Amino acid sequence: MPKAKITFEDIEQTVNVPAGTRVIEVSEKIGSSIIYGCREGDCGTCMMQVTEGWKNLTEPSVLEEKVLRENMASRHNRLACQAQILGDCAVKPA
Amino acid sequence: MDAPVMQSPEAGDALPCIDVSAHREAVQIAPRVHWIGAMDPALRSFDIILRSANGTTYNAFAVRGRDGVAIIDTVKLEFQDEFFARLESIARYDEIRFVVLNHLEPDHTGALPELLRRAPQAQLYISTRATSMLKALLKPGNADGDYAYTTVGTGDCIDLGDRTLRFLHTPYLHWPDTQCTYLEEEQVLFSGDVFGCHYCDTRLFNDRVGDFRFSFDYYYAHIMRPFKQHVLDALKLIEPLPLATIAPTHGPILRERPRRYVARYRELSSPTLSLELGTDEHSLVVFYMSSYGNTARMAEAVRAGAEDSGGVRVSLYDLEGGETEPFVDLIEEADGLAFGSPTINGDAVKPVWDLLSSLAVVDLRGKIGAAFGSYGWSGEAVPLIEQRLRGLKMRLPIDGLRVKLIPTDEELECCRDFGACIAAELRGDAKAGAASKGGVVEFEDL
Repeated sequence: MPKAKITFEDIEQTVNVPAGTRVIEVSEKIGSSIIYGCREGDCGTCMMQVTEGWKNLTEPSVLEEKVLRENMASRHNRLACQAQILGDCAVKPA
Repeated sequence: MDAPVMQSPEAGDALPCIDVSAHREAVQIAPRVHWIGAMDPALRSFDIILRSANGTTYNAFAVRGRDGVAIIDTVKLEFQDEFFARLESIARYDEIRFVVLNHLEPDHTGALPELLRRAPQAQLYISTRATSMLKALLKPGNADGDYAYTTVGTGDCIDLGDRTLRFLHTPYLHWPDTQCTYLEEEQVLFSGDVFGCHYCDTRLFNDRVGDFRFSFDYYYAHIMRPFKQHVLDALKLIEPLPLATIAPTHGPILRERPRRYVARYRELSSPTLSLELGTDEHSLVVFYMSSYGNTARMAEAVRAGAEDSGGVRVSLYDLEGGETEPFVDLIEEADGLAFGSPTINGDAVKPVWDLLSSLAVVDLRGKIGAAFGSYGWSGEAVPLIEQRLRGLKMRLPIDGLRVKLIPTDEELECCRDFGACIAAELRGDAKAGAASKGGVVEFEDL
């Protein structure tokens, strides 16, 4: 299975994960400060900033884009409960 | 078209009578700067969360320069007649070049559609974060049409010929869109809701009105307090400014020693607990309720476990013996919070919910949270509290701890471990076993 590295900049920790893993699955286990609310892409609480490898996450769905817009996200913000890791990237709480 | 001039008195001057309810003219607050707001003495409840014992004001202002007039903020829709009457006493609509909105909440934008209808040439200036709110509030596509606007941030200016309005980007005071506008030549800060209060007094100026200190602090506590870090960021922009007058959108205009209100905001926004703690020491507050003493014994063990593991100052409080408000103060500055509740009829007990439903005024985002409790049948209290803590945007890295009825020595040892785990999270060394900082961890090992 292909692997990818995700770095949580707030805790300076990198995790080697199977490609396709959602950020939420990793961040809670490793103890990143990304915070979760509804955990299903609706509330916008888990907005994170992708500092590297923006294109190495799955494309946001129409619904995620709507929630990001409503929460006045900036360009490289994503919802950690929705984004899946496809390649190496770095994130931190927005 | 000059309105009555009511300037700050010199020492020894007899105080001129100011009563803005006696007329509908503008009131000068600085040379060629006028208050054109409205009085709402009947208001007793604002935005559900605030009360006022004597109403409020909706302050709006007009600044005249060589090249035209700028209007800064408007008023609530129901009060627009008063606003327009005062405006008309000092300016014609065709003189208005700029309309600045420091904050788009309806009590300040209610008169905007009619103002732009009367002054269609006016250019609208809003903060960079205000665009989506402008659209949501004014509903483009309706009869008012779509408004053209310019977004501005810190350092941007508009020029009235001989006068300059400079913008300060001060988001989240108390909405994402909020900004302040500074009239350089007269040193007037149009501060939006910052430094405001719900206090209605027809004498208008802080050196004339009654004692509004309570209203000032009360407004801060309910409106600005959840955004303390943003207040401190804004103060970095505001404190260096020479200030002759602060003109907020609610309450008295602060022309006499305005800087003390800035100092008060810094005092109210600065943390105090950190002064009591040692370097690298963290704080944990454990709250509990107990009916038969079982959850109380758990709470004491949680405290002991956290305290003994080092680096954490623990406070233990029985909710039965306290009141909500001071507990909210404790919660605001704590790094970690643990709540213990027995389960009674499938729920956590009311004092716990009373406290957990009183936290909208403080910022809890990212604090470590945990729940524990003794139960008889089903033990729903712990997961319900955990759900609430997550809803408050706290982090819950440790699963809640439940004990059936009377805790055994072994179960109390689990409580001590639970406390030690919370302490480890607070110290940031909970994941030390997984990998050192900077290392790479395999997902399967987590």
